[in-house]
Amino acid sequence: MRGRPLLRTSYAEELALLDTPAKRGWTAALLVLALALPFLLTDDLLQLLAVCCVAAIGAIGLGLVTGYAGQVSLGHAFFLGIGAYTAAALSGDPDGRVIGLGVTDIALWLPAAGLVAAVAGVLVAPLATRLRGLYLAIVTLGLVFIGQHIFNEWSSLTGGAGVGRPAATLEFLGRPLAVTDEIATRDQKLYWLMLVLLLVFALAARNLARSRIGRAFTAIRDRDIAAGVIGVNLPRYKTIAFAVSSFYAGCAGALLYTVTGFFDPGSFSLLLSVQYIAMVLIGGAGTISGAIAGAFFITLLPRLTRELQAWVPFISTQPNEVPNVFQVETILYGVLIIVFLIFEPRGLFGLWIRARTYWKAWPFSY
Amino acid sequence: MTELIESLLRGLGTGSVYALLALGFVIIYKATRVISFAQPAFMLAGVVAVTYLTPAVGFWAAVPLAALGTALLALGVERTAVRPMVGRPAFVVAIITLGVDVAVRVVVNAFIGLDVRHVGDPWGLRTLALGPVEMQQRHLAAVVAAALLVAGLFAFFRFTRTGLAMRAAALDQEAALAHGVSVGAVFAVSWALAGGLAAVAGTFAAAGASVDTALWLIALTALPVIILGGLDSLPGAVIGGLAVGVLQELVATYANDVAWLGGNVSVITPYVLMLVVLLVRPYGLFGTREVERV
Repeated sequence: MRGRPLLRTSYAEELALLDTPAKRGWTAALLVLALALPFLLTDDLLQLLAVCCVAAIGAIGLGLVTGYAGQVSLGHAFFLGIGAYTAAALSGDPDGRVIGLGVTDIALWLPAAGLVAAVAGVLVAPLATRLRGLYLAIVTLGLVFIGQHIFNEWSSLTGGAGVGRPAATLEFLGRPLAVTDEIATRDQKLYWLMLVLLLVFALAARNLARSRIGRAFTAIRDRDIAAGVIGVNLPRYKTIAFAVSSFYAGCAGALLYTVTGFFDPGSFSLLLSVQYIAMVLIGGAGTISGAIAGAFFITLLPRLTRELQAWVPFISTQPNEVPNVFQVETILYGVLIIVFLIFEPRGLFGLWIRARTYWKAWPFSY
Repeated sequence: MTELIESLLRGLGTGSVYALLALGFVIIYKATRVISFAQPAFMLAGVVAVTYLTPAVGFWAAVPLAALGTALLALGVERTAVRPMVGRPAFVVAIITLGVDVAVRVVVNAFIGLDVRHVGDPWGLRTLALGPVEMQQRHLAAVVAAALLVAGLFAFFRFTRTGLAMRAAALDQEAALAHGVSVGAVFAVSWALAGGLAAVAGTFAAAGASVDTALWLIALTALPVIILGGLDSLPGAVIGGLAVGVLQELVATYANDVAWLGGNVSVITPYVLMLVVLLVRPYGLFGTREVERV
């Protein structure tokens, strides 16, 4: 097949993850760059990028249920919360102020957090299988409020509103994963860890999306009645979609606060759900790479607005002055969602496709 | 017994606020098949406008003016953010309104600032004695205002040409278009109506209390209400609103006897009620059952 790289002779080639030489090359380059970043950037940026990687795991999860299976979920914050508290409770200090079981190994609490969240997702799924579209959006929104009430009231687990509790501890086989030593600093290690986890989760999601289950998801999204007619078991696949999405959310929630080390129940509000919806929609619904791009963009947005502040003098950094960077940031979430949905519904991924097709045919228009 | 009746009356007061908010959601849904998550922002904008207008023109003039202003704001949002999306999936438009809500609310919150703001209503926390039971005047006022507005709205939909056009467009947009109804105008009027209703509802929600940035959560309670009543049913919105208000007050009065529920459980009762109702009747109590066509 020399000289004809796009000729496919089997279904396996058609379904391959990296189906063109250009994709293989660029993915490798990107991977090398991502792994080398700790030697190029300062520690505070690396910490931010570690958070980005975790957020991307959560966004991939929401992307699976909303982007692939087409079930709008505003309840992602609820599942993130369940994961965060499961992990924190498992790895917490048994003699501490809040519930802790002393299982500090990440290999145990991370899957456990995912599984508990997945079970919650399965419990919610009966509602999802009965409802469609906007009804589902409102129900999942209700879930966030119910979840917040539980988190606020159950102070022996969560530390109570405004107080909070320490997050899960990063340990693997008895060795702490994120402490500064002679080889690397805490933030460098944190970044590598989260990057590797993101790669694992992203690869798993891509593989799921191109399997029988993933094709069932897209069929449901595009026309659920038609999917049902051709033999897709709607309740079953919607339940799977919610379970997998919640599993991702649970893992992301568990990891999210290990970076900062502390979190309180107020974090899991509707705004968090809106942020994840924004990640998926701005990145590009129905793509894994889009969800990752969206997660990085939204998570870096506060930092970007701080940088912007140097250029736009009337924006203040003091929270008690108007307009301040926090307000600008929140407005940007809203405005960016609107702008992307109106002008580029495929999101950042769509911008990339546009650029790619432009240069593919350059200098001809098509 | 007195306690029960008093909490029922309180419930009718808060329920009227929910009913007004829910009517806004339903009007928009009937016209455009979209749930507008921007209603909380409109409500907050209306209330804040009232707090600024009351010192200047008095409460009674401030409320209609604020309602008018909010209606214009809603009209602007409809024109700029929602109209370009006609024909796109309903959930995309819903997410856009979510974006509008987040953005508008930040601007409005900046006007609230750190001061305590009051709508300057004439009722405060004064009560009215009806024999042994006492009812707060603000709740009575909310019930009366809601009753007047609901009667006005139903008359509007029943007897005016615009109302007829809106009913026609809600029934079948294409057929209405073919008969000369300007569907665009129907969209605009429904958004404006919803904005105005939200402003009035917000005023009554804030009456006797202060206006703060958390007030918008009240508007979200209207979502369980419309699910309960059915997304496309105006009477359902009113009945659902009153029912949710009464239930919430009853829970607030009696839930303290059940310690494990935790404090403030009444805040989430509407959502729990919604989950239960949806498991039994997925299209609400009065909503039209969705007919699927292949």
